Amino acid sequence: MDFDYQYFIELFASGLTKGSIYALIALGYTMVYGIVGLINFAHGEIYMIGAFVFFLASSLLTVLGLPLWAMICIATAASIFWAGGYGYTVEKIAYKPLRSAPRLSPLISAIGMSVFLQNYVMLGQTEKYLGFPEVIPEFDFLEPFATTFSSSDFVIWMTTVIVMLILTWIIKFTRTGKAMRATAQDRTMAELVGINVNRIISATFIIGSALAAVGGILISSHTGSIHYYIGFIAGIKAFTAAVLGGIGSIPGAVLGGLVLGMAESFATGYFSSAYEDVFAFSLLVLILIFRPAGLLGHAETEKV
Amino acid sequence: MLKLKNVVAGYGNIVALRGISLEVNEGEIITLIGANGAGKSTTLMTISGIVAAREGTITFLDQEIQNKSPETTVKMGLSQVPEGRHIFPQLTVQENLDMGAFLRRDADGIKKDMQNCFDLFPILARRRSQAGGTLSGGEQQMLAVARALMTRPKLLLLDEPSMGLAPLVIKQIFDIIKEINRERGVTVFLVEQNANQALQIADCGYVLENGTITLAGKAQDLLKNSDIRKAYLGI
Repeated sequence: MDFDYQYFIELFASGLTKGSIYALIALGYTMVYGIVGLINFAHGEIYMIGAFVFFLASSLLTVLGLPLWAMICIATAASIFWAGGYGYTVEKIAYKPLRSAPRLSPLISAIGMSVFLQNYVMLGQTEKYLGFPEVIPEFDFLEPFATTFSSSDFVIWMTTVIVMLILTWIIKFTRTGKAMRATAQDRTMAELVGINVNRIISATFIIGSALAAVGGILISSHTGSIHYYIGFIAGIKAFTAAVLGGIGSIPGAVLGGLVLGMAESFATGYFSSAYEDVFAFSLLVLILIFRPAGLLGHAETEKV
Repeated sequence: MLKLKNVVAGYGNIVALRGISLEVNEGEIITLIGANGAGKSTTLMTISGIVAAREGTITFLDQEIQNKSPETTVKMGLSQVPEGRHIFPQLTVQENLDMGAFLRRDADGIKKDMQNCFDLFPILARRRSQAGGTLSGGEQQMLAVARALMTRPKLLLLDEPSMGLAPLVIKQIFDIIKEINRERGVTVFLVEQNANQALQIADCGYVLENGTITLAGKAQDLLKNSDIRKAYLGI
């Protein structure tokens, strides 16, 4: 039997798309974990809220009759802003008061926040699946590849790359970015050089939420529907990706997302779509057994 | 310059400082000596604003600073090198120094001070782009001091700079502390278990036992004090 390259590449492309989205969400998990040592289970919900805000804003703007590009820009900005606000508020309400509590307390609080936000959107919006506008047009120059991947795949890859580059720049070179790394590595010392740790933690939540919102918009436009429950599954998968890559490690989150996306895509393509989640979580179990710190994570080594 | 009056502080149910009073004058080197668990580090953490003072007042440059945030105390010119150095392990030497200048906006001044640090500790210039966690203990101590100097301190709080270092390196560190004090006019508050070395470079000293100051005086007098000789100098 000949190897079907075309099919392989198609699976690769769809894996890349899934992986990009997982990576965008996983970054939020890993950044927050790195800085406060907390798994923010409400993060998936922020992603869902980001998609909803875009949906609402774009519907509103369409009624106003704005051109497509203006609508996309404004709705995206609104979504990022809104999601950032939610991330900030969630931290202030559910995590900050518990910062010196035993580790289990903020975890429970995070799960509570997640359930609350899901139900809040369900009651405030709808429990039905809603059709999401196809905001990404078909590009003519991608016509030759139409059988392999769509314009929306392409936009997702490009956006992810750009967002990653911006994030890398922020973390590596800006004052806030350096302070974020310093706070993650040694919070007391960060305070001793005069860093306002609360502000840095808020910034981390806001940036993570903004990334999740971008992911939410992209994938909803790709699949063409939204629902209050999408954040839960995506959140668990992205969390898996973050652990896979090494929780706390930023390149790890990206790698973990891509590996997970590829694994799911190939498992679906060569076995059965029923096995998608089985593969994703088997991968998690294997990684936790054989490389507990994740692909790029490292066990704590410190000289005293 | 710095004055503590009946300061009480602790963690949860544990009271670590039971009302201590002490004074640091501008330009001096003051040392606080005492055994493990006497409350030396808590004293510094309370001054910096990391640990809350439950009672008493701390005055720095005529302003009350008890329970002010570390951000405020650093801005006012208080800088601490904590016990165990606390280098940011995955930041480079350069970035560690950048963090010392976190609150400053004067790019030129920062550049100049950075150069000063490299003059003071030439080894750091060679290790500039190396991760802080890969330095040796002595180099880390130098980096910790340099990082604290990057805040432009008026008062430098040093917590056990000699801990875990070889005698030769300790001597080097103490020489530099003296130099920082004499030539740069930075007042130094030195906490040490290594009482002998600390008292030799200090002007005045305080002895802390179980959260209370039991003895205070000129460093030279303390060195001759028979109780201190027995308890801390092992002579």
